[in-house]
Amino acid sequence: MSDGRAPSVGAPLNRVDGRLKVTGGARYAAEYPLPNVAYAVIVTSTIAKGHVKQMDTSAAERAPGVLAVLTPQNAQRLPGYGGNTSGTAVPNAYGPPAMRVPTLLQNDEVHYNGQPIGVVVADTFEHATAAAQMVKATYTEDKPVLDIHSAPKNPPETVKPLGGERTSKHGDVASGLAAATVKVDQTYTTPLENHNPMEMHSTIAAWDGDSLTLYESTQGITSVRNTVAKSLGLTPDKVKVVAYFTGGGFGSKGGPWSHETLAAMAAKRVNRPVKLVLSRQQMFGPVGGRPHTIQHVTLGARPDGALTAVRHESTSNTSTLENWVESAAAQTRMLYASPNIETQYDLIKLNVGSPTFMRGPGESSGTFALESAMDELAYALKMDPVALRLKNYAETDPESGKPWSSKSLRECYATGAAAFGWDKRNAVPRSMRDGRLLVGWGMATATYPARRQAAGTTARLLPDGTIDVRAGTQEIGCGTYTVMSQIAADALGVPVSRVRFELGNTDMPENPASTGSVTAASTGSAVNEAALALKAKIEQLAPGGLASNSAADIVAKNGGQPVEVTVTSKPGAEQQQYSMHSFGAVFTEVHVDPDLAIIRVPRVVTAHGVGKVLNAKTARSQLQGGVVWGIGMALLEETHVDMRSGRYLNADLAEYHVPVNADVGTIDVHFVEENDPHVNPIGVKGAGEIGITGVAASIANAVYHATGKRVRDLPIRLERVMA
Amino acid sequence: MISFDYISAADVESALRAASTPSSKFIAGGTTLIDLMKLDVERPTTVVDVTTLARRDASLAAVSELPGGGLRLGALAHMSDVAWDPRVRDRYPLVSQSLLLAASGQLRNMATMGGNILQRTRCSYFRDTATPCNKRDPGSGCSAIGGFNRTHAILGTSEHCIATHPSDLAVALAALDTTVQVRGTAPRSIPFADFHLLPGAHPEVETTLRPGELITSIDLPAVSFAKRSLYLKVRDRASYAFALAAAAVAVDLQGGAIRGARVALGGVGTKPWRSHEAEAVLVGKRATEATFRAAANAALAGARPHKDNAFKVELAKRTLVRALTEVSA
Ligand SMILES: Cc1cc2nc3c(=O)[nH]c(=O)nc-3n(C[C@H](O)[C@H](O)[C@H](O)COP(=O)(O)OP(=O)(O)OC[C@H]3O[C@@H](n4cnc5c(N)ncnc54)[C@H](O)[C@@H]3O)c2cc1C
Ligand code: SF4
Repeated sequence: MSDGRAPSVGAPLNRVDGRLKVTGGARYAAEYPLPNVAYAVIVTSTIAKGHVKQMDTSAAERAPGVLAVLTPQNAQRLPGYGGNTSGTAVPNAYGPPAMRVPTLLQNDEVHYNGQPIGVVVADTFEHATAAAQMVKATYTEDKPVLDIHSAPKNPPETVKPLGGERTSKHGDVASGLAAATVKVDQTYTTPLENHNPMEMHSTIAAWDGDSLTLYESTQGITSVRNTVAKSLGLTPDKVKVVAYFTGGGFGSKGGPWSHETLAAMAAKRVNRPVKLVLSRQQMFGPVGGRPHTIQHVTLGARPDGALTAVRHESTSNTSTLENWVESAAAQTRMLYASPNIETQYDLIKLNVGSPTFMRGPGESSGTFALESAMDELAYALKMDPVALRLKNYAETDPESGKPWSSKSLRECYATGAAAFGWDKRNAVPRSMRDGRLLVGWGMATATYPARRQAAGTTARLLPDGTIDVRAGTQEIGCGTYTVMSQIAADALGVPVSRVRFELGNTDMPENPASTGSVTAASTGSAVNEAALALKAKIEQLAPGGLASNSAADIVAKNGGQPVEVTVTSKPGAEQQQYSMHSFGAVFTEVHVDPDLAIIRVPRVVTAHGVGKVLNAKTARSQLQGGVVWGIGMALLEETHVDMRSGRYLNADLAEYHVPVNADVGTIDVHFVEENDPHVNPIGVKGAGEIGITGVAASIANAVYHATGKRVRDLPIRLERVMA
Repeated sequence: MISFDYISAADVESALRAASTPSSKFIAGGTTLIDLMKLDVERPTTVVDVTTLARRDASLAAVSELPGGGLRLGALAHMSDVAWDPRVRDRYPLVSQSLLLAASGQLRNMATMGGNILQRTRCSYFRDTATPCNKRDPGSGCSAIGGFNRTHAILGTSEHCIATHPSDLAVALAALDTTVQVRGTAPRSIPFADFHLLPGAHPEVETTLRPGELITSIDLPAVSFAKRSLYLKVRDRASYAFALAAAAVAVDLQGGAIRGARVALGGVGTKPWRSHEAEAVLVGKRATEATFRAAANAALAGARPHKDNAFKVELAKRTLVRALTEVSA
């Protein structure tokens, strides 16, 4: 620090928005007090495949307070809907940045059970809800495709994982397997899951002439703006999106779905602002989820543990609207050094809601398969699972051959193992006990890419000394307001209290969606660059800068105007030179009742290298939250769909089980110090998603150690252990 | 949810009058009723709030002594208050435990005794008006048979309905030969065993309570050995989940021999499942694991599993064996 101040970056600062949140002052999308707002409730389909024949809206239209009922028959035709007047959905007509095919009442097609097929608008939420239940649809019904095990695969050319190829081939797995003395060849499955953030997806749409403002619960204000504008046939500058706080999204709010545009259409129809909040039931289907995966992993090794071959084939479901790939084999392309690595994706279209990103998309389901298989291999080799991983430690990216921007996985294994007491493990299944309970110790590797995208920031010095920093990013609960304030404060050499960081408005410089753990790296780099540029400009105006001049004097020297800079910060050539990933290790203890098969997770120890830790407290919360979700993924979470009708069967928080406090023991989070000079100017690799990766495998491996029962299908419900 | 009238009852007579129309419903804690009204499964046009009755008659919401050593649980007493009542904890541990292992703290603070034993099944097809269900819409068919039925019942099912009765409290009450006191045109007492009905051909009729009748209390008789009792619940997560299998047990142990026993099962029956068969096996035997296993086999002898819930047969047996082992220790 230029003024000798201790850096705030890294310190466990409390959230700058914490007080607002606990006092109810933080305003979420549905809470904007707009005058004359009307309420919209979505009507959903009750079949999974077919066409809406007729919608009887007469009772709903007569019901008290009802202002309008939108149906496929009467909804406005949208110019942006694939430009197709017959109204047939053109898959991926939206293309990037949306990557979504919404259902906007442009045709009578039904692709899944629970799909939006109408919107009721009324003067109160209660009137709209009551009337929505009076809308009666009739259908011509087709037999839905619901069973991933019997449905046909997509043509290979339609299988395009984001940012990668359908297949990868490094060396030759067949000859690698021929050279192996020990093999593992198993299939692992993960079920459909749905995001359940506390805050339901919500939108208030308000028109002013031909300009639209959306108060939105989102992880991506820019992608919402662009897609809604495109759907409505507007230029993006006619749409403004505001999201100062988002109550969790976990990927489901990464881009827009149908309800934003439907709210805008409803607002246009009734000529009033319209508020639309999904019900908890409507969180299952219309706004994404994690797809079902069937993963076939083949490993071959020599007696010393060296991997001669690694193959990972992942088949996941998508919807009949889109081709969305869960990139579950992504980590297999880079995690272990083997001369022969092959991966492949396949897709199966089912009549369910479109899948999407869900915490650690790809890596969380993919590490379950790969890291379970590695544990099976360790047992087959009679080798310690940590030693097996060290034996195959990848010093460079096995696929590209590029060096890592940084990697401290070896230190993560060592730190985690020491903190856990791994050396006291007796590897024999069922050998460890605590009274009557079987004790199991398992471990797995965690990994997630370190990505960065272009991001903009404006920084200003105001006459009262406030540093006002703005970036059109989002606060989805991770601590963005806080860490960005810290970065700006350190770059300028001022206390955090002098920084006012603002976000969540498309009038601000454009930033990426808060997905894929990019925010700290992307927006953080931009904030840093803007703050440094502001500092330099101040220094030019008033030598000695803020340390020797008052803000008022500096502003006076600037012609009485706030001193302002705007930057766009972009990744560069380093992206081609280095392979960039975070890594970690997860060690888990489970206790299993030998008769009742009740599984408890009394402790988890993790060690991660995530580059620079911006705030020890918020980063710890991210990692702990990831572990909590990993416990849910391992033991509890599964969306049940009726195999005849495609209805979502457990679409509420009583029946869709996520961990409660009693399911979570101690979670001991360690950070391995990492200095990454290449990844981005602030050395940050992102801590949002890696926390969940590896956890499910670590628990499954511990369950095997405890019981001798290898469960390859998530979740590990008690009947899967009892048998 | 449809629009409805709300009436807050000042006394029992006016509550009964207000609830005399067929489309009216009492509301106590509302944790079942409002939930199902939101789902459009319950559609009362009049809702009669009975929580106000306790202002006039505090005993309706209290735990009080009965002559002969029993306890009266007022119908409006909250789950949490009953669970922590020292007399309940001391004399009927299984009742207290069944309450504390149910739902969540917030729900227990709202929910009442009367509402608890009248809660409706968690069968997801029952809760979804878009699917056929004989219980919700008589004659429409049972979606759970041939559908997803992991949480469904294995005892007391019929070809028309296999829904599990979800209450934990009711299982403890079934074990104790309790009595439900009700007020309608005249007061009457319903033995707990006769209160809930098997689904048979009419799963829509769940109890012998007549329309418009108000539960005023649940009476626990003096059971000399209820002190030695236990409620064991096995569920998917550690808290805030319904039972996959549960056992309410009480034993009268004299020098290692069982002189009396009470056994009821939860999570597996279409009604709170008293097992006289298990009790008959236990009485007169020594408290050994073999005895407990024989009792469990007897309790589950009539089990009829479906596609996804076959595991419940063995799970219920092991749960019962564990409960008996612990209570006899
Ligand atoms: C998420 C969730 C989880 C739960 N988990 C569990 C669990 O694990 N175990 C468990 O046992 N329960 C559980 N429950 C159920 C809960 O215990 C019941 O909802 C509650 O006990 C009902 O009591 P109440 O007073 O709220 O009833 P209400 O909802 O007010 O009423 C329920 C029904 O009883 C009728 N009624 C109420 N009082 C009377 C009366 N005095 N006379 C006549 N009729 C009356 C009403 O008309 C209505 O039909 C759970 C509930 C929820 C929502
Ligand atoms: S089990 Fe009973 S409640 Fe469930 S669908 Fe069948 S009839 Fe309805």
